[in-house]
Amino acid sequence: MARIIVVTSGKGGVGKTTSSAAIGLGLALKGHKVVLIDFDIGLRNLDLIMGCERRVVYDFVNVINGEATLNQALIKDKRVSSLSILPASQTRDKDALNKENVGKVLEELGKSYDFIVCDSPAGIEAGAMMALYYADEAVVTTNPEVSSVRDSDRILGMLASRSRRAELGLDPIKEHLLLTRYSPKRVEEGEMLSVEDVEDILSIPLLGVIPESQAVLKASNAGEPVILDTESDAGKAYQDVIDRLLGETVEFRFLVAEKKGIFSRMFGG
Amino acid sequence: MALLDYFLRKKEKQVTTASKAKERLQIIVAHERNSRNKQPDYLPQLTEDILKVLRKYIKVSDESFSINLDKKDGDLNVLELNIELHDEQNVS
Repeated sequence: MARIIVVTSGKGGVGKTTSSAAIGLGLALKGHKVVLIDFDIGLRNLDLIMGCERRVVYDFVNVINGEATLNQALIKDKRVSSLSILPASQTRDKDALNKENVGKVLEELGKSYDFIVCDSPAGIEAGAMMALYYADEAVVTTNPEVSSVRDSDRILGMLASRSRRAELGLDPIKEHLLLTRYSPKRVEEGEMLSVEDVEDILSIPLLGVIPESQAVLKASNAGEPVILDTESDAGKAYQDVIDRLLGETVEFRFLVAEKKGIFSRMFGG
Repeated sequence: MALLDYFLRKKEKQVTTASKAKERLQIIVAHERNSRNKQPDYLPQLTEDILKVLRKYIKVSDESFSINLDKKDGDLNVLELNIELHDEQNVS
């Protein structure tokens, strides 16, 4: 059985797609068969972040409507052969997806993939509910900022009540906290919620902390998921996330600001 | 005194915007979680009635009183009352 992981958040712009891309590619680099699904019908962007936007022919909704087979719609990643992407449609209406037809697609994918990573749209509308409905695990992407934390808590409520697992009374969805755009320096200055603060409020296990990094914008500019930038802090932090998802215990990095030496303190810098 | 001011100011600065954010979040999130776990319709009226009875005998402020209906595993429901008694005046 494939592990179905939804990357969700409630709030928009916190890094769901960046994280989905990094997690999908990272798991595939470890040799697993992975399919990344963009659930943001009408506003697809995962293709851009993955750098395969010009290879989209058919999409998720085409498959649902029977206008294309899954194999026609899946885009094989050029970097890692065990990774495929199922793009969202750009024009069709959001109501195209329902529990039944999404379930069928996921079941079919589950036969040939180890991981199904669902990139959720923002909000708590039908699209986001569809993305989380079949999930076994959820990566709750959160910025250390009031509105994002509050929205994440609402999504946690949805995961616990509106998912297939909740409806059938199965084991609950395994929740993971992924804190993104973290700035240890601002935390130390008392201007930003700390990892502990967010953990306190949401009380779910921490999967990773991705530091605020210029590498993320560069990565999306180039269509190369940031996990490929193995020199960058963000890339390394996502690498740790992959190891933790695969059951390893990895110490958290990038939680403290780099200490300035006495010289740079005296002479500025 | 400049030196003393310096140290004092450092202490004053401890109420940071981050701690404000945390406090506000804790309150609103707890509130929203409560309304999410749908409480039965009679609970507000029950709360009011219990308070009325309590206040016949002791002083109870709204803040020192809480009521909670919790679902434990299985079909066990627990009604939990928490009343804080402050001064001696309450006991006598």
